[in-house]
This record gives sequence, C-alpha cells and structure tokens, in this order.
Amino acid sequence: MGDLVREVDVAVVGGGPGGYSAAFRCAELGLETVVVDAGQRLGGACLFEGCIPSKALLHVAAVLGEAERARDFGVDFGEPRISLDPLRKWKSERVVGRLARGLAAVARGKSVEVVGGRAVFEDSRGLRVEGDEPQKIRFKHAIVATGSVPSALPGVDLRSDRLMDSTAALEIADIPARLLVIGGGYVGLELGQVYAALGSEVTLVEMLDGLLPGVDRDLVQPLARRCERTFKAIRLSTRVGGLRDTGDAIEARLGEGETATFDRVLVAVGRRPQSQGLGLETTRVRVSDRGFIETDERGGTADAHLWAVGDVAGEPMLAHRAMRQGKVAAEAIAGRPAAFDNIVVPAVVFTDPEVAWCGLTEREAAATGRAVTVARVQWAASGRAATLGRSDGLTKLVADAETGRVLGVGIVGPGAGELIAEGAVAVETALRAEDLALTIHAHPTLSETLMEAAESLLAEAQPRGGF
Amino acid sequence: MPRPFVLPDLGEGLTEAEVVKVLVQEGELVREDAPLLEVETDKATVEIPSPMSGRVEKIHVRAGQTVPVGQVLVTFADAVVAPGKQAADTLDSTRTLAPEPKTVVADRGRARQAPPVPAQSPARRGGPVAATPSTRRLARELGVDLRVVNGRGPGGRVTDDDVRAAVSEAPPDAAAPPAEPTPSPTPPAVARPLARGGVEPPPLPRFEQWGPIERQPLSHLRRTIAERMTLSATLIPHVTHFDRVDITDLDALIRRNLETGKARGVTLTLTSFILKAVAQALLEHPHFNASLDPAAGELIVKRHVHLGVAVATPRGLVVPVIRDVDRKPLLELQRELGALASRVREGKATLEDLRGGTFTVTNIGALGGTGAIPIINYPEVAILGVARGREEPVVREGAVVPRLLLPLSLTFDHRVADGADGARFASAIGRRLEHPDALLLGF
Repeated sequence: MGDLVREVDVAVVGGGPGGYSAAFRCAELGLETVVVDAGQRLGGACLFEGCIPSKALLHVAAVLGEAERARDFGVDFGEPRISLDPLRKWKSERVVGRLARGLAAVARGKSVEVVGGRAVFEDSRGLRVEGDEPQKIRFKHAIVATGSVPSALPGVDLRSDRLMDSTAALEIADIPARLLVIGGGYVGLELGQVYAALGSEVTLVEMLDGLLPGVDRDLVQPLARRCERTFKAIRLSTRVGGLRDTGDAIEARLGEGETATFDRVLVAVGRRPQSQGLGLETTRVRVSDRGFIETDERGGTADAHLWAVGDVAGEPMLAHRAMRQGKVAAEAIAGRPAAFDNIVVPAVVFTDPEVAWCGLTEREAAATGRAVTVARVQWAASGRAATLGRSDGLTKLVADAETGRVLGVGIVGPGAGELIAEGAVAVETALRAEDLALTIHAHPTLSETLMEAAESLLAEAQPRGGF
Repeated sequence: MPRPFVLPDLGEGLTEAEVVKVLVQEGELVREDAPLLEVETDKATVEIPSPMSGRVEKIHVRAGQTVPVGQVLVTFADAVVAPGKQAADTLDSTRTLAPEPKTVVADRGRARQAPPVPAQSPARRGGPVAATPSTRRLARELGVDLRVVNGRGPGGRVTDDDVRAAVSEAPPDAAAPPAEPTPSPTPPAVARPLARGGVEPPPLPRFEQWGPIERQPLSHLRRTIAERMTLSATLIPHVTHFDRVDITDLDALIRRNLETGKARGVTLTLTSFILKAVAQALLEHPHFNASLDPAAGELIVKRHVHLGVAVATPRGLVVPVIRDVDRKPLLELQRELGALASRVREGKATLEDLRGGTFTVTNIGALGGTGAIPIINYPEVAILGVARGREEPVVREGAVVPRLLLPLSLTFDHRVADGADGARFASAIGRRLEHPDALLLGF
C-alpha cells in the first residue's frame, strides 16, 4: 500500500498536556497542526493514568476520612460499604471520560486533527505513523511530547499480575488485604492512602531515610504522622531485596533477611522519559544519559526543526510545567519571542494532608548559603483550621533577608494544593512579604496563614487578628 | 599570604571583559567592596569591587587589555578576609558578579539620561530578576536583557516603564551631528562583537472596522526588498549627507561627444561618469568600500570596486553590479552599463550580474524630485543617491550665471564613518564631476 503523505506546519508527537497545549496554541497562531498519539486521544498519562484518576480516587479517600473524623463531633455514618464497579465507572466515565470528550471537542473546534498510531521520525522533516492509520507526515516543525512511563524496580524481574505500577493500581482491580508500596514519593503516598482508605493494610517501603525526599522536613512531618496512623507500617532506609510470586501472594524480602507476604505490590519508584524507539537518531536531537531530550529555554532541541516539551524534556515531570512549555514552544515556532522563563513550578502532593511548595525551599536556601528569613505559622493558631478539626497544618514563607522578596512558599494541610497558588503568584511576580501582609485575606480562611507568616517577617510584628 | 583575585563570572554567558580603568595602585590599602577596577563587557561597564580588605601587592592587568573570566586581576598581600566570607571566594570565578555589582553605566548610550543608580540595586541580587511575568515578556518582545535594566520599582523590581526606558535610552541618535573627535589616547583596538538590537513589530489594528480592505500577497521580489530594507534600516544607523555639484562642464563634454560616441555604438550618459567618479573617490576613501563585521568587531575593506546600479523595473528595484569600475575605460563602462541595464529590464539578468557589489549608486533623477534619502544596500556601508540636475542661477565672480546643478545625497553607516568622513567622501565625488578633466585624467 502506498503511504499517504501529508504535509503540515507542525506535527505534535504525544497527546498529553504538553502535546495538546502546544497543538492548541499552534492552531490559534494559524499553524496547521496534527497530533500523533498512540491512543488517538488527547489527555495523555495525566488524564488517563495519572493526575486525574488518582485525584478522583483521593477524593473518595478524603470522603472516607472525613466520615471517620465526623465521629469526633458526634456524627456516625457507620461502616462504609464500598462497591468497586460503581466506583470504577464513576472514575472512568464521569470523570476521565467527560474530560476526554471535552478535550476532543476543543481539538475539533481548533481544527487540530489527532492521528492514532506510533510516530517514528525518519529525518528532521518527516515521520511515519505505524499502526491502524499508517501514513507519512512531512512537517516544518515537530514537537516531541511523549512524556514518561513508570520506572520498573531495578534488579527485580518478576512478571505477575500482583505486581502493579501506578497505571495498574489506578484500575482498582480489587482491594488487596495486604498491599506493599515500594517508594515513599508522591505516587506511593497518594496511592498508598487510596488503598488504605479503601481498607487495605498498607506497608510502605522507602530506600532513603524519609518520605518525600527533597522536601523540607517540617512540611513532611504532618503527612508522615498521618501515614503512621493509617498505614500498617512505614519502613524507611529499607531496600526491597527480592520479590517472589508464590501463586496466591507475593513474598517480599525487606531489608536484611526479613520476609513478608502481600496480596499486591505497587512499584512507585519514579518515572523515566519516553525517548526510545522514536527514531530520534535520524534527527540531530541530542538525548542525555538519563534519556531526556536536551532543550533550550524555548523547547528547541539541537535540531532546528524539532522541539521537545514536558516529561521527555526534563524535570520536574509535572503536567502544568509541560502545558506552559507547550505554549512556549508553539509561540517560538510561530516566530514569537517566547521563552520558558518561569521562576516557579508549584508542586503538590494530593495526600491527606496535602503538601505543596513552590520556589526556593528552606533546604535549597541553606545549601546555597543564600541569606533568607523564614516565617512559620502553625495552623493550631488558625480559626479556620480549628473549625475544620484540622490543626495539623503549617504555612511557611521564605523571603530574601534584605529586600523581603518572597522567594518560596511551603504549605502542608488540607487544601494546601489550592493555597499554594497565592504563593506561586507571590514568587513569580516578585512580591515582597509586606505586599502579602498588607493584602486583606478573608477571615476565617486558611489563606490567612500566608498573611500572618508575612506579617511575622516585618520588623514591627502586627498583632494577630481575633478568632 | 598573597591572595590572587580573578575576574569573576560576569553572567549572561559573557566570557571576557575589557579593562577600562585600574582604580587602585600597587601597595595601596583597600577596603572590602571598594572599587578595584572598571571593566567593560559588551553589555555594560561595571566596577569590580574588592572582595576583601587588604594591601594590593600586584596588579596583573592594565587598561585596554581584554581579560577572560578566571584570569588573575590583582594579588593581595596581608589579606583581611571579612568575617563570614570565605577566602577561597577570590579564586572562584564561578562566584558570579551578579550579587551587588555597582553598575557605573548600564551602557554607553544610557549614561546621559539614567538617574543615579542606588549603590546596591536589589534587582541585581542573586536569583531571578524581580519582574512580573508580563514585564519579562515585554522585555523579550523589545529585545531588552532584564539583567542589565535598573529596577526602579519597590524592592528593585523592574517595571514596564523601566524596560521601555531601557529601549529608548539605548541607541544613540543616528542622525545626530557627529561629535568632535575627542583627543584621547586610543587603547589598543580589540575585535569584539557588537550588541545586537531588534524589535518585534506590534500587531496591526483591524482595519476592517473602518472600511473595506483587500489583502494582497507580496511578490517574491517585493518581499526580498522589504526584508533587506528592514534589515538595513533597523540594523544600520543611517546618516545622509547632501550636496549639489556643478556639472555644467561635464554636461557640455557629454553633449560635445554624444554623436561621436553614437558613431561607435555608445550613448554617453551621466551615469557612467558618476560611476567613474565614485570609483575614484572610493580608492581615496576605502572605508566607504567596505562591510562591517559586527560579530568579529572588524571592518572588511574591499580592495576591489564593484558598483551596483539601482535599476527600476516594472516588478521592483533591481541592483545589477558592474565589476572593477576603477580599472575600466569610460567607453567600456558605458557599453557594459547599457547592456546590463537592458538585460535587467528584460528580466534576463543572471545571479552573477546581481552579486558582489561593494557600493551602490541610485539615480532617481529621471523621475523628478529634488532629492531623496537612500537606504544602504546591506551589507555595504554607503549608497549615493543622484537626483535630477537643474539649471539654477549661481553667483560666479560677482555675477549671476545659469549653471547646471546636480543634487547628491550620500547615505552611510554611522558605525563605520562620521559626518566629517562623509562630507570629505562626497566632495571627492563632487570635485570629479565638477572638473571632468580631473575625472578623465584620474587626478
């Protein structure tokens, strides 16, 4: 069969957040754009096997947690009964399906075509699509947005249905009685909490000596305390020596000599960029040892016709960073003077309590010797936190010692993921702590803790507002 | 123990700087943060503050010298390192200059208007520049490097106004009268790249709102002309020098020989005499027969004279080139000019006919007008515009006499030459046109 050859201005490889943001912006700027996606759909790992389904399940976990806490103030819903079929249906149809249809509609509205299949570059100006719709695409520019995939556990070569990565875990095939979570990063913690809320007995193993490595310890502590209560065990500084499928369970060797038996094992040891098998060797694109495509601040690669955005182009692997990068690359292709010059990429761990931070962390400030002042406000002093029955939060502000410019914000507590937006605006727009202190924050809200943290940094401490 | 102090990292990928002034002497006691020397990068002139208090034992550089990042500038004896500062700082060129350098002059053009800079501009502390994302976008659109802009907002924040001010202050007025050459000891010239400029055009309004419009695509030639003229007009600071030369005698010479020329198959025109005069003047003033290489910081002087002649065609302006004009006899020049012009008008010019020019002459006289300011044919450095000659009353030896005056307009690149150079070059052309014997004898 003779290959269909089509010519476009921009070919986007991968339909995740980076890819569709780039494609939509290209279309808005008048460039003929086509997206090649293996699943012939827009949304990527974020929508189908990451951010969105995990947050849907975490919402379920939060409701279960709130129902349990309600006993404290005299409301008893009784023991929850969980039906997996309606839960899965709600997650995949009402949440994921609806959003996917929305994205498809936007693509139609912007005349962005989505081609199904695997894209393989043949040179700097062309690629072939393998799969149901084989064809060749000639492009002026291509944006590689192939994202990342969960990393396998190094040194373990076990094939078993009981062994899950995050994608499989989000399917909720069943509620295992005993679940082993390998990895104390955000994926392991989020999914560990989902399964714990659904009723699994969760054991979490982390190789390093703390949960959420790299995050300031005072922000992690309330989450660690909560997990200690809801998980069966948290094993830090522990390696998984080996996994064996015994037929009706998995036997895991934890640390030195100890073995334990689990019904399922979730491997959540990070993600790796998906830069293999794309035919990039036929282009001038350079790929780092770790598999990331090397790019400049516009997303441009070593090949003048190829661009890369999102997880495949480096860390942090976060959807919102990919989306901004996608728009930048699109504008750069359209000849606009765009650049990814963002100062902050906020990070949110959607656990209970949530942990969120942006900009400079206290750790980084200490490591670089930068002169900063740090303000902490414990939520025990917050009226709103008290009414929620949640005093286990903390709001932290890192500011330049001399100018008071807000350099970083860290928050732990329910709603931290929403609250961090104010911190991101403050850092990105170079606000000074004084600006935050002098802005009226609604009372009683958790956002007041940011204002109070800023106030405490001012030379003349202001009296606290009443409850 | 002597401590060497090296040129710190200047940021922005700058790898070297030129020493403008050494502000201390050997043996002098300096305090920490006192200015040691003044260096100039292609972005700015900055003072390098002393990293420590101590006695300057030896100065390793002198004014005019270009030094790479990491080179030892001075050696301190009896260093008294300030508490909390590591002595190793002095050898670490990765320590950037960004924290608290005292910018003397943000750039040379801005020096005149910039208000005094606060001693420690917080905008230039470590980390990202204090500016909102929208201001950063504006800076990118206007081609402004935020890191050299003085933030005059609260806490050293760079505002939109600061960015716009940086644009308007940056380029010195190209048409300004050339300053008197300052008699100053010239430091040894070092080839360095010039700063690049450039602005994005703002979006056009929707003209439909005021009435019907029609969009017409540009032809290939039109687009090429547009791009080249934009390049030239935005890149080159243009200056135009005007003159009028008395060509009464030259005109008479041409008329006298018109028939004789025709008998030999050649129609004498003023243009060939102008080309000859220009070629001879270029040999006298080779800087106008050149191209500037801003990346290398060098002037490429061409030791050949190939003159472009602007020819109007129905499709647009085309500039065929006549080679070695200085070496060709006038009749041959005239013959070649005629053949070339007709090839161009018939659209039969080859690529070779259109390449390799070193200077351009554009004769706008045929269509009237009293003069025009031509735009330089990039990457040449000058262009001569010739308008229509007219008989005018001129005072000669106390009497008013009719003379034929030819208006000339010489546009040149002010980066390469100053007003006085332009005037001299223009009169070198004019003298030859006024005295055809000098032209023909090659005086």
